[in-house]
Amino acid sequence: MSYSVKVLDHYENPRNVGSFGKEEEGVATGMVGAPACGDVMKLQIKVGKGGVIEDAKFKTYGCGSAIASSSLVTEWVKGKTIDQALDIKNTQIADELALPPVKIHCSILAEDAIKAAVADYKKKHGEPVPA
Amino acid sequence: MLKLPIYLDYSATTPVDPRVAEKMIPYLFEKFGNAASRSHSFGWEAEAAVEEARAEVARLVNADPKEIVWTSGATESNNLALKGAAHFYSGKGKHLVTVKTEHKAILDTCRELERQGFEVSYLDVRNDGLLDLEVFKAALRPDTIVASVMFVNNEIGVIQPISEIGEICRSRGIMFHVDAAQATGKVAIDLATLKVDLMSFSAHKTYGPKGIGALYVRRKPRVRLNAQMHGGGHERGFRSGTLATHQIVGMGEAFRLARLEMGAENERIRMLRDRLLKGLSDIEHVYVNGDMERRVPHNLNISFAYVEGESLLMAIKDLAVSSGSACTSASLEPSYVLRALGRDDELAHSSIRFTLGRFTSVEDIDYAIKLLHDKIGRLRELSPLWEMVQDGVDLSTVQWAAH
Amino acid sequence: MFAPVYLDHNASTPPDPAVLEAMLPYLSGRFGNASSRHEYGRAARRAIDEARDQVAAAVGAHASEVVFTSGGSEANNLFIKGAAVCLKPGLLAVSAIEHPCVIKPAEQLCKHGWTLEKLTVDASGRVDIGNFAAIMARKPKIVSVMLANNETGVLQDLESLAEYARMAGAWFHTDAVQAVGKLAVDFRRLNAAGVHALTLSAHKIGGPKGAAALVLDKRVELEPLIAGGGHERGLRSGTENVAAIVGFGVACTLAAERQATLAKPLLEMRRRLEAGLTGLGATLFGQAAERLPNTVYFSFPELDGETLVGYLDRAGYAVASGAACSSANPEPSHVLRAMGVDPGLARGAVRVSLGGGNSGEQVAGFLKTLQATVAGLQRLTAMTA
Repeated sequence: MSYSVKVLDHYENPRNVGSFGKEEEGVATGMVGAPACGDVMKLQIKVGKGGVIEDAKFKTYGCGSAIASSSLVTEWVKGKTIDQALDIKNTQIADELALPPVKIHCSILAEDAIKAAVADYKKKHGEPVPA
Repeated sequence: MLKLPIYLDYSATTPVDPRVAEKMIPYLFEKFGNAASRSHSFGWEAEAAVEEARAEVARLVNADPKEIVWTSGATESNNLALKGAAHFYSGKGKHLVTVKTEHKAILDTCRELERQGFEVSYLDVRNDGLLDLEVFKAALRPDTIVASVMFVNNEIGVIQPISEIGEICRSRGIMFHVDAAQATGKVAIDLATLKVDLMSFSAHKTYGPKGIGALYVRRKPRVRLNAQMHGGGHERGFRSGTLATHQIVGMGEAFRLARLEMGAENERIRMLRDRLLKGLSDIEHVYVNGDMERRVPHNLNISFAYVEGESLLMAIKDLAVSSGSACTSASLEPSYVLRALGRDDELAHSSIRFTLGRFTSVEDIDYAIKLLHDKIGRLRELSPLWEMVQDGVDLSTVQWAAH
Repeated sequence: MFAPVYLDHNASTPPDPAVLEAMLPYLSGRFGNASSRHEYGRAARRAIDEARDQVAAAVGAHASEVVFTSGGSEANNLFIKGAAVCLKPGLLAVSAIEHPCVIKPAEQLCKHGWTLEKLTVDASGRVDIGNFAAIMARKPKIVSVMLANNETGVLQDLESLAEYARMAGAWFHTDAVQAVGKLAVDFRRLNAAGVHALTLSAHKIGGPKGAAALVLDKRVELEPLIAGGGHERGLRSGTENVAAIVGFGVACTLAAERQATLAKPLLEMRRRLEAGLTGLGATLFGQAAERLPNTVYFSFPELDGETLVGYLDRAGYAVASGAACSSANPEPSHVLRAMGVDPGLARGAVRVSLGGGNSGEQVAGFLKTLQATVAGLQRLTAMTA
């Protein structure tokens, strides 16, 4: 399996690895995948005023492409509103990282992680109040 | 000086021993005759070399040279043994017995026989990877004609009770085939005492070249086979096709060296393997796959829990090793061998097979230990599963959002 | 040291030094298993891919049409038996002069409900077109006719034959192990004419023993002969013989490059040989047909071929009596029998097959030695008669 330069970069230097404290204000978590399938992604977003994602962190159990996909979306969601974040599509992730066809599922999982995190936020906080 | 990546995948293939290569080269150059040419010295020279090699292969396993049939490799030997015996003895019955942890060359051949109307029982192994003799006995039927059990497993290195299985088969008149591709040079094989009827060998797992193997076909009591490749009637009709002299010479020399050196070599390799195991055993949540006692000294198969296999391989790319999952077109498939041991998919996915060999050094092992410590730590820092376990979550109670 | 002159290139050829050089790294440092995912394995995989391109290019095929096997015999068995398993049993037809590794698997199929017709040849060794057309009218499902015969060197007009086979709807295979390197062989062109598969072998063209290929039109459905792991698109399992495959690739490139320039000197040597043999009173087989530029097959009345080649070997010339693979068989050549050659004359058959390394001087020396040997043997025969 040969990886693209961008996948290798995110794999070697993953951005925003970690977890927020459970009690932190505005934190929501999306956990997708299953160990038996070979990948589990945990994406956390910290949402501030006006529904803007101020920070994001991830932890991923999975292949290099899964790690890179989740690392990439932590960069991409920052500064976006949660609704804008929902517009991130797996195809964009796959294109950016030049994922081969067998690794497309990693980008789908990353998209799902965003959706799960946003859903968690909405469940906890309701729809954000527009600024 | 360390040469990276460090090769720890001797069960996939071994380097050709330089002494073997040296012996092969003249047969790729001036001694290029066709061993079937009976009319000139080029042919006789090739034939003499082929027979000398045949004697060496026979000597390693204490067989008669006339019992050794050259093939292109263990996969072909396995095909010839199973299909050849099943077809020849199909008048007596149509049932075969094998084990779920066999190599694909056996399992795929059995599937083919099933399509041809044979019936195959695939036996489970115990959690330690070994075949339970009671399970084996219970699977035998009056119409069982062939049983096939590998000597040494390629993934976990466990040694099956071949001697006992042979006794059971002989007493019931069942042809017993053993895939010994991973056994030569690692365990002593004495075909004068083992009640084995057919045994497959490979050169490239024992420091010989690729593209050559052999099938042992017992003469007393005589074993019959239907040939699978027809033509000029080479190899007493068992296998037609021009003999690749240089490869045969290489296999002969490789097996000669194995016979002379395996005693000392295995002790050295055992020391290295134990050093590796000891070096890794202070990492939390590591599990050895397969029995450690009835196992060749070359193999260590370990699962590193909460770390995904492919990212682990990527992290330790300075080590040339195999993982417990095969990347197929769409998804990762956990090793069917580890599954047969009852390992769950996660542990199968996160397993690494280290196989050591003739050219592995202490420095190689120490480098591997240090690298694994670093990388396992890093990947666990990245792993949400590890975090949950640290927080005291029992992962088996988690409802995963399957995808 | 005394080195005999090698005149048996149809049995096997000396590997070219460039072939050996290309192979050596794969017998030392580059030893990976091509199925392994680490760098050792990927290096092996790249080498196989490159060799596949080289083999394909040499015979005008696409790389994806090349299936590597352990030898020509295996490739022929793979086609005959592998294609038959995927079809309902019916009629199959192979020429009477095929190598045993085509005839024997075809005969095996008769145990599984198939009917075998052996296509007859004329006195010059060419497939009898009338007989061929008549058999094709019976709609065989599998047909195999070799491009060049290993004993006589006689060539078949495959494109004409394929035309009939195509109308019959048959899968048409040709064993081209003796033709590649000695003639320009273009699978695309043959394929367009209706040839679906072609066998070539490394050790017949200056490559190593242990590697060969079946070039296969992908429309043909085949069952593998060897199962287990799914190598070679599932058509041939087993760890690839990387070194031999690399050698095969280089040998193919060299053979294709040299074929055109080599044909003329080979043909000149062959003609010189034939003129000399005729002068000595030998009967030449296949004279009326187009033949390989390197092969001469002849017989001296009253002289046993085995005996003659034995004497020639002691005098320093390595030649063959009948085909190498069936040399253990005391029966006269099935090829000559099919050509209607008198059995007594057939028993005297001797084959000289030249290679690029042979010279005009060697041919002259051979003729001189042959003349003395034949004269001596004839005196002996006359005395014992």
